[in-house]
Amino acid sequence: MSNLSTALFVNIGERTNVTGSARFKKLVMADDYEAAVEVARDQVENGAQVIDVNMDEGLLDAEKAMTTFLKLIAAEPDIARVPVMIDSSKFGVIEAGLKCVSGKPIVNSISMKEGEAQFLEQARICMDYGAAVVVMAFDEAGQADTKERKVEICSRAYDLLTGIGFPAEDIIFDPNIFAVATGIEEHDRYGLDFLEAVAEIKRRCPHAKTSGGLSNLSFSFRGNETVRRAMHSVFLYHAIPAGLDMAIVNAGQLDVYDQIDPQLREACEDVILMRRPDATERLIDLAESYKGKSAADEKAEEEWRGWDVARRIEHALVKGIDAHVVADTEEARQRYDRPIEVIEGPLMDGMNVVGDLFGSGKMFLPQVVKSARVMKKAVAHLIPFIEAEKERTGLANQSKGRIVMATVKGDVHDIGKNIVGVVLQCNGYEVIDLGVMVPWSQILQAANENEADMIGLSGLITPSLDEMVSVAEEMKRAGMTMPLLIGGATTSKVHTALRIDPAYDGPVIHVLDASRAVGVASRLLSDTQRDEFVTTTAGEYVKVRDARAGKGQSVLLSIEEARANFYDAFLSDKAAPPLKPGVHSFADWDLADLRDYIDWTPFFRAWELHGTFPNILKAEVVGETAEQLFADANAMLDRIIAEKWLTARGVCGFWPCARDGDDVTLHLESGHVTLPFLRQQVKKSRERANMCLADFIDPAGDWMGGFAVGIHGIEPHSKAFLADKDDYSDILLKSLADRFAEAFAERLHQHVRTDLWGYAPGEQLTNTALIKEEYRGIRPAPGYPACPDHSLKPILFDLLDVPGNAGLELTENFAMLPTAAVSGFYFAHPEAAYFGVARIGRDQVEDYARRRGVDVATAERWLRPNLD
Amino acid sequence: MSKREDFEAAAARSILIKDGPYGTAIQRAGLSPEDYAAGTGLTQEQKGNNDLVNLTQPQVIRAICDSYIDAGAHILATNTFNANRISQADYGAEDLVREINVAAARIIREAVDARGDGVARFVAGAVGPTNKTLSLSPDVEDPGFREVTFDEIVAVYREQCAALLEGGADFILIETVFDTLNCKAAIMAVKQLERELARDIPLMISLTLTDLSGRNLSGHTVEAFWYTVRHAKPLTIGLNCSFGAEQLRPHVQLLSDIADTYLMAYPNAGLPNDLGEYDELPETTAALTRMWAENGRINALGGCCGSTPAHIAAMAQTVKGLPPRAVPAIEAKMQLAGLEAFTIAA
Repeated sequence: MSNLSTALFVNIGERTNVTGSARFKKLVMADDYEAAVEVARDQVENGAQVIDVNMDEGLLDAEKAMTTFLKLIAAEPDIARVPVMIDSSKFGVIEAGLKCVSGKPIVNSISMKEGEAQFLEQARICMDYGAAVVVMAFDEAGQADTKERKVEICSRAYDLLTGIGFPAEDIIFDPNIFAVATGIEEHDRYGLDFLEAVAEIKRRCPHAKTSGGLSNLSFSFRGNETVRRAMHSVFLYHAIPAGLDMAIVNAGQLDVYDQIDPQLREACEDVILMRRPDATERLIDLAESYKGKSAADEKAEEEWRGWDVARRIEHALVKGIDAHVVADTEEARQRYDRPIEVIEGPLMDGMNVVGDLFGSGKMFLPQVVKSARVMKKAVAHLIPFIEAEKERTGLANQSKGRIVMATVKGDVHDIGKNIVGVVLQCNGYEVIDLGVMVPWSQILQAANENEADMIGLSGLITPSLDEMVSVAEEMKRAGMTMPLLIGGATTSKVHTALRIDPAYDGPVIHVLDASRAVGVASRLLSDTQRDEFVTTTAGEYVKVRDARAGKGQSVLLSIEEARANFYDAFLSDKAAPPLKPGVHSFADWDLADLRDYIDWTPFFRAWELHGTFPNILKAEVVGETAEQLFADANAMLDRIIAEKWLTARGVCGFWPCARDGDDVTLHLESGHVTLPFLRQQVKKSRERANMCLADFIDPAGDWMGGFAVGIHGIEPHSKAFLADKDDYSDILLKSLADRFAEAFAERLHQHVRTDLWGYAPGEQLTNTALIKEEYRGIRPAPGYPACPDHSLKPILFDLLDVPGNAGLELTENFAMLPTAAVSGFYFAHPEAAYFGVARIGRDQVEDYARRRGVDVATAERWLRPNLD
Repeated sequence: MSKREDFEAAAARSILIKDGPYGTAIQRAGLSPEDYAAGTGLTQEQKGNNDLVNLTQPQVIRAICDSYIDAGAHILATNTFNANRISQADYGAEDLVREINVAAARIIREAVDARGDGVARFVAGAVGPTNKTLSLSPDVEDPGFREVTFDEIVAVYREQCAALLEGGADFILIETVFDTLNCKAAIMAVKQLERELARDIPLMISLTLTDLSGRNLSGHTVEAFWYTVRHAKPLTIGLNCSFGAEQLRPHVQLLSDIADTYLMAYPNAGLPNDLGEYDELPETTAALTRMWAENGRINALGGCCGSTPAHIAAMAQTVKGLPPRAVPAIEAKMQLAGLEAFTIAA
């Protein structure tokens, strides 16, 4: 039986849960099941032994979403190999899910909340499907808090279940973990109550399992990861021997018990086991000293310094250590006849190792970028010697190929482009980087002058897609034939195939991410592989086009029909007028405060490390890299804050308004301003509405708001890093600035809810809860799915005097400068939710053009991604 | 004693013998299209609708059954592999499903009861997989699509099982399971019938593998399959079809270790030759399956594709006197399954 997968303690993956993952929720809400399936795949790849699937979201048809998703993952053997936990508070959804799962799943959950009869009926159904069940310690009187209640409810449930023949080994009790050290005396026993209850339940209920949601425990220490991790680890240390079998837990939020600072460990133990009356105070006092501490390992490993120089260089490249590379390169230079031989010898050998490791998935992007930094420093040291030799002998060295790269006109985002540039350089390509906001004329000129082998275009905002088409058209007009590479977050194979490829005669290749760039470039420049690669890719694009042409697209309603199916919000629930109306500007928000609001998951994604923070730090494959990147990021954050590198400027404001069809009309003292919004037109199933942001506003009078925030001051630091050949730090800084902008938007929204507008004064949410958007109200940004038209930004910028109040400017394609910036609208209605407008019809475009006061062609250009 | 108890008592004493296939035996009877359709008024061509023969030529089925009883079989299955609404619709005979199954069970019941020789024999109402699958999309472009719903499959099985029981079947045999979710639907149908009829309906469940690595068509390993269907508390679990006894051996062995119920296996007579014919000799099959018996792996043994009464007789002869597999006591553990099994230690 050694081939059976057996676990002593089970971590349940929680990311395919709309109540636990904002990202997953967004994907499902937007009907992007393909990406949602990838979330499940990531989880399983990162070691989830069971995946929890939950679709309980007010605006979703949960039954439909559950069955759709379960059927899709059933088709993916990499995902379907692990058991599913069907998670819903609605039993109808659970049963629908049970009809789609072919293995033996867990149902989460049933309870005696509605009495014994319903409990047993549901248990019987689970038994007929052969599912295990989670039973919540909940009865007619409510949720069990004391040990006695937990034990009593679970024992009663056990007797009832086994009484109808439910297999005891298929029962999992969740006796409710509650927060401790809250300062409320009644909560002091919660930890101990749970532990004692688990032991007693296991004693009384043979073969049954126990489970719990761990993160509640440390709720009062949110923001203090060290203490939270210690509490979780100490808790599990005692709970597992007491009989806890599984937990819904962030594996990244756990430490090794023995490695916790003994003082902290003891303090946590005092609290959890309630060993002394002042335990809570002592832990709170001690917690202060752990704020913001990094667990980075300081172990110095200097042994490698004694190795042979070639091996030292390889080690430095693979490990990304630049401390000694100049000295080592000089030592190597003296040993070889010609300086170029150092590059062609030990340096390229080392980079080949890096390339192999990266190619085989054993190294990750942050490490490769660090390797590149080492390489660049070594090469920079050799260049003067090579130049001198060239003057002496007339010999030149050759690169593998030359690539002109640019972020297109109107767009300012360059992190992705820089990463691709670094990866290509690491692999021996010469990269001519034209920077951001580069018009097509300059791109073509640079490509011709430098006799480039190919052009790479990058962009992040949706108007850049059109800009790329323009570049392709101009290249065709100029009679060029060199390959055109397309990359960036909004680009896609489909868009490339449908719009860019037909516009240009030469090869057009969509490059999915940085890790593919080298493969694409090398094949394009290979004598033997080029033709086949180009033909194959072109063939794929033809197939995409054919599939599109032949595909029955979802049915669109007329705009009138869609409007008739508007979202009927319960308008008497609308928020009260703001406590502090008008415009509020913030010249310098405290960065240290923002740091606690950072959502790290997108940060790792920017570095092509996929997984959810903090689990990603402990992930089997990428964990080590992620942890190192996280440590580097925190070290840089320390400096950014201590040395005040950056300034967070922002502005927000609120206006009286009323819904008028799909417009929201703002009633300002200076007159009326119209904000036209777009409405979903795709025909909906059952009771789902065709949403429009205006639906959240009362026609009889209401309020809405807007905001813009930006992070200023990266340029001098970025320049200094680049001068030092340190792309790694440059990209790190830019990605952190982006995170600060997002954190500022989150923080400001919170300030708005609790203070300025003040409709949720008592809101108390952890950062995780904020990231999950568990608050009331939304802040959709122009250019994103709920209001996809970027061109609303100029209106917003005027309303708030964003240039004056937050120092932000717009490019001609409505990208914000500086790049690390977020702007959007505030909707406060409790039912306000994000959605994607998706495909719209020509009737709406014409109507929108009229409402927006522009001609139809302009509106079409702005709304291109939402058109057929 | 109930039939379940009878079976348990018999299985405790010796290795029981299951019969062989009906399809090839019916072919040998050389029936004409008219013989197949006789008296049903069906307009569509019925040649090849072997299940209909129960209704139109019962004597043919009875003769085949008798030949298996003569060969030493204790477990006699009904000739109803395709006697469900989905498969019969291909012949336009879906409205005869109940009649076919009642007749089929009645024939075997009578053949068994006619012996009166004191040997315990059982009628297993055989239920095939249907030709629709709940776990897979027939459309590669649309992996979320399903041709049929769980509830539809439940209804199809329920109709067939009810008729088999009406005709006198002792057990329901869910055989040749290529899709685990279809099997769960069949189990659900039987659970519903048990409640409706207020009686125990013992189940026999038999998996079929699609490749030598040991997975069925829906991708489940043998272990995952067992944990997925264990809630049915089947009287027997096992494997049939797929391969010959030689290729099936490691999978029988695995299942034998983990299943805390009786194990029944009925392999094909070897692998088909170049002409698609089974030419493994009865002695060869018997020798291979004898090894399972010698190693204590088996409680019930029979034949699938290519097997003849001679194969069944050879098997019965060779395992005679060998002790049956002792059903292992398995420690109660939480055993979950995706496509693969996942056990949470006790």
